[in-house]
Amino acid sequence: MHHYAIAATGLVALGLAVQAQAQQRTTVEEIERYRAALGDGNPAELWEARGEDLWKQRRGPKAASLEKCDLGLGAGVVKGAYTVLPRYFEDAGKVEDLETRLVTCMVTLQGFTPEQATKDPFGGPGKKSDMEALVAFITGQSRGIAMNVAGNHPKEQEAYETGRKIFHFRGGPHDFACSTCHGSDGLRIRLQDLPNLSKQADVQRAYTTWPAYRVSQGEVRSFQWRLYDCFRQQRFPELIYTSEASIALTMYLAKGANGGVFNAPSIKR
Amino acid sequence: MKKALISLGALAAVAAGCATMVSDQERSARALDVMKASFREQGQAKLDRLDQDDMQRLCSAEKMPPKDVTDKLEKEQQALIKYPDDGKFIGDWKEGEKIAQSGIGKQFTDDPTKPSGANCYACHQLTKAELSFGTIGPSLYNFGKIRGYGPEIQKYAYAKVYNSQAFAACSNMPRFGHRAILTQAQILDVVALLMDPNSPVNK
Repeated sequence: MHHYAIAATGLVALGLAVQAQAQQRTTVEEIERYRAALGDGNPAELWEARGEDLWKQRRGPKAASLEKCDLGLGAGVVKGAYTVLPRYFEDAGKVEDLETRLVTCMVTLQGFTPEQATKDPFGGPGKKSDMEALVAFITGQSRGIAMNVAGNHPKEQEAYETGRKIFHFRGGPHDFACSTCHGSDGLRIRLQDLPNLSKQADVQRAYTTWPAYRVSQGEVRSFQWRLYDCFRQQRFPELIYTSEASIALTMYLAKGANGGVFNAPSIKR
Repeated sequence: MKKALISLGALAAVAAGCATMVSDQERSARALDVMKASFREQGQAKLDRLDQDDMQRLCSAEKMPPKDVTDKLEKEQQALIKYPDDGKFIGDWKEGEKIAQSGIGKQFTDDPTKPSGANCYACHQLTKAELSFGTIGPSLYNFGKIRGYGPEIQKYAYAKVYNSQAFAACSNMPRFGHRAILTQAQILDVVALLMDPNSPVNK
């Protein structure tokens, strides 16, 4: 995996050098080229393979696999399932995103406690996350399929409207909302392009490329992680994993991305 | 009779509509309840960070509030600015440059005993040397050179960094002084970066 880091450093440096001579657009193109070069061999495949094993293994006090888990398209259907999430689940009595649904299935099918199921939501140095691997596997099975979140159930509509409010909610010492950085076209933080997540084309492009293998972190990051770390930088308190706010915000963004062709786990800087 | 039936039907339709209609205010209140249950305090980031002041609440609407509201807000925010006692606005631009480069501070992963940065470059161009700058805010390159180095502009630069909302209601820029992100001395250093004729901003 070492060569990824070297390639990243070299190409980012090259990108910066090019920009010194020309305009910022050129840098963006260089970074895109670097992404394309790495896209040929995405380490996320390792997470996907591990996730598939975890999906099929008999685990937990009930020694059951997750193969009977209904992700929204029927028990055991993985292909395309991510493109219809979040959605309302009758058995849970609430709207669930992928990770919340996995927790529900780990509790009901495998007999884990919710605490056990959410113990390691994100991987780190010396700590692998089963959840991120499961997410990598399941989302990978939606590659090439258009986002198609229904959002018609009253609970789904409510989640969407709540998510939309949260997106525009300014708070904390810096007065930041999601929309502070993601509410206008063509902006950057430093050299990082910012999608305007209230605009269809941008939210389609952004949402369909998560989860992602982050070269800078050496980890596959899920959408729950994306929101968690955005709020950290927004100077908010800590977002609780699979909390109602996280699901509502995901609903707002996922539904906004409808029609966009899903293409993840991807690779990002 | 027929007329009465029609109006009864209309009344029922209105009532049904009301039952499912949720006002914008109710949606905001609901979203806040959801948020309060969805975050936990971590390090220096307590749950009171979700308690909005008037500015935050007004500027969380998707549409800009009407002009009379924003005028009032700007006046209120202006009144909250604390100016230096000695009337001097210029610190050390070299320190200002360091503050402009640093994005740490106030995150739950940051050490609250260390000074915060202002991360100006995240959103603004400032110098020719720094190519890695954002575009959320306008370019501030040649800030003093263009506007002049006089005391009025110095005071304005100080006030804008101290409380951006005093001049542009619902600006995206943090209120660095008002919310105690920067100390007064740090703000003077940032003002120096913008206003000192020797600062690379004005070269």
